[in-house]
Formats: sequence, structure tokens, C-alpha cells
Amino acid sequence: MDPANLKKLNAARNGRRAAILLTEMESGRDRVVLERDAVAGSLGEITSAAFRSGKSGMHEIDGKEYFLNVHVPAPRIAAIGAVHITQALAGIAAIAGYDLRVIDPRTAFATPERFAGVDLAAEWPQDELAKRPLDAFTALVAVTHDPKIDDFPLIEALKTGCFYVGALGSRKTHAKRVDRFKAEGLSEADIARIHAPIGLDIAASNPMEIAVAIMGEIIQAYRTRPVHAGEGAVREPQEA
Amino acid sequence: MTSASQATTPATSPALGQELDIAEAWMKEGREVAVATVVETWGSAPRPVGAHLVIDMDGNFEGSVSGGCVEGAVIADAMDVLHSGEPKMLEFGVADETAWEVGLSCGGRIRVYVERVG
Repeated sequence: MDPANLKKLNAARNGRRAAILLTEMESGRDRVVLERDAVAGSLGEITSAAFRSGKSGMHEIDGKEYFLNVHVPAPRIAAIGAVHITQALAGIAAIAGYDLRVIDPRTAFATPERFAGVDLAAEWPQDELAKRPLDAFTALVAVTHDPKIDDFPLIEALKTGCFYVGALGSRKTHAKRVDRFKAEGLSEADIARIHAPIGLDIAASNPMEIAVAIMGEIIQAYRTRPVHAGEGAVREPQEA
Repeated sequence: MTSASQATTPATSPALGQELDIAEAWMKEGREVAVATVVETWGSAPRPVGAHLVIDMDGNFEGSVSGGCVEGAVIADAMDVLHSGEPKMLEFGVADETAWEVGLSCGGRIRVYVERVG
């Protein structure tokens, strides 16, 4: 492996950018392909398919064997609202292996006492997201019930292409939200990506159960992201 | 701010491992480093395609390609790769004559690519 490529790959991984280490097996030569890099020909088709699927594997192109090691960032959750549901969600997210941060400008809610050991920002989402932006590998959960706080991050999540966008609120509340977002110029297709009412329909009736429903819905969204893997030699690893 | 949940990385995502960061750190310390990567699996394999084991010339290692079954053999081959600079493709599975020595008791088969950094 080329040491410069190892550094480039690690820089991408640690910066939460998807990257592929492409190795030509016969010569052992490798290169790093980033998501927006243009790669010509069949190799380009295979690398784009691999970015979408996130799957590493061996491929044969024009008689040459290539190994694609696909590095896709770990999924994260950004929760807007330091409320009771979020306290429960923080525990569940840790168990499911998702990094979670909580953003709420209301300092009465966003206290270290209520969120011990949790990544917490007592700031307006506008300010916090300017510092640490959302990305396609982040789930956005808006649970303050307050459009002044929830609307901006929801719109931002739709624009950024967050893999999951969920908003708390009844159907009536959501209908008003849809009207506001249409007025903001968002398309119906974008708005339809918002999961509202939030969470899988498991008849959850308290904050803890709602947190479970939200976590389940996030996992479902992550594991069923649209995938168009290229044809070829990608073999699914099976559980031992 | 803390990131307490960073340790709970799902085992299904080899990209979440820190092996490549360790390889880079070792390289910067002037150590010779080999990287072993699972490139193909058949049947039930303990570690998915893309998983890494990194090895230095003293036999220190981090990560895994099989969860313990064949690491010893991979490390031995990594020593050759570090000396020669020539990459190697290794294959392990129960079909091997040596199944009882170094094989996958789970019944799967894996191919492991071992290369030197630099």
C-alpha cells in the first residue's frame, strides 16, 4: 500500500467522507477514490455502485482483478430538543452503536445533569450546525415541538440528504409544518422524506417507548437506504 | 463534550475499525508495517470483506481477519511480506489439508491479501 494513499484514506475516513481504496491485485498498486472523483469507464461504474452500497469486494474488469475496500462513515444521530424522549434515546443510541448529539438552545432543558456523558450543545441549531454540519450519514431527529427550533434543522437535513429525517408532532402539527416548508420552496418529494409522526408504529405511549420507536425507524432507514450495487463478484459476508 | 459511544462500533462495519489509523501511526514512528485485508469470503466467515489486521516487524498486531482462527499464520506470512516487499494472497478454509492446524472451525473460507505499506 502506498503510504501517501494510507494517509489520504485515513484523512477521508476521519473527516467523515466516504472513500474507496482501489487495489489492482496483480501489480499491487492502489489509489484512493473519493465520492466526487470522476473515474472513467467500467471502473467508474463499479466505484459509484460501491459508494451507494457501501460494500467492499473483488471485481474483474477487462481481465484485471480489483479489490475495492469501501469506507463509509459510521451513522450518527443529531437530536434537536433536550427533552425526555432524547434522554431515553441517548441510552438506546449508544447500545445500537450510533453516536448521538443533542442540540437545544433552551438552557433549562440542555443541562449536563439531565444529559450526563452525552454530547450536548445548548445552542440554536443554526449556530451549532454551522460549526458541525449535518451529512448524508446523519439522522436528524426533531423533537422540541417548537417550529422556531425544529424548522431550520429539518430543512437543513432535507437539503443535506440526511439518511433519516424525523419530526415529532401530530398529523395536524405536521400538516402545518408541510405548509410552512412549501412556502419555503421545498419540493413535495423532499417534504415527503420527513417521518412524521415520528417513530415506527408500535403504539408507543411514553417517552421511553417513543425513543425505541424512533431508534427502530432510524435503523430501518439506514439499513434500507436506496442501494444499486453493481453486478459482479460482491459476496455478502454471512454471520458465523 | 464527550463521545462515549465511540467504543460501540457495530462489528458488521470493518470501515469503523481503527486499524488503518494504527498503521499510519506506526509508519510515522518509523516501524515497518504490513496490512492484511479480507478480500473474499465464502460461507460463514467470522469477519467481513474489508476487515483488517495490521502487523509490524516485531509481530505486534491490531485488528483481525478471522476472529482468532488464522491470525497466527497471517502474521507469519506478514513477516515474509515485510522482508520481501512482495504482497501475498492467502486462502484459509476447512477444505485445506491443514484445516486442523490453521483453518476456520466455522466452516467458511476466506482470502486474505497481505501487503507492505511503502
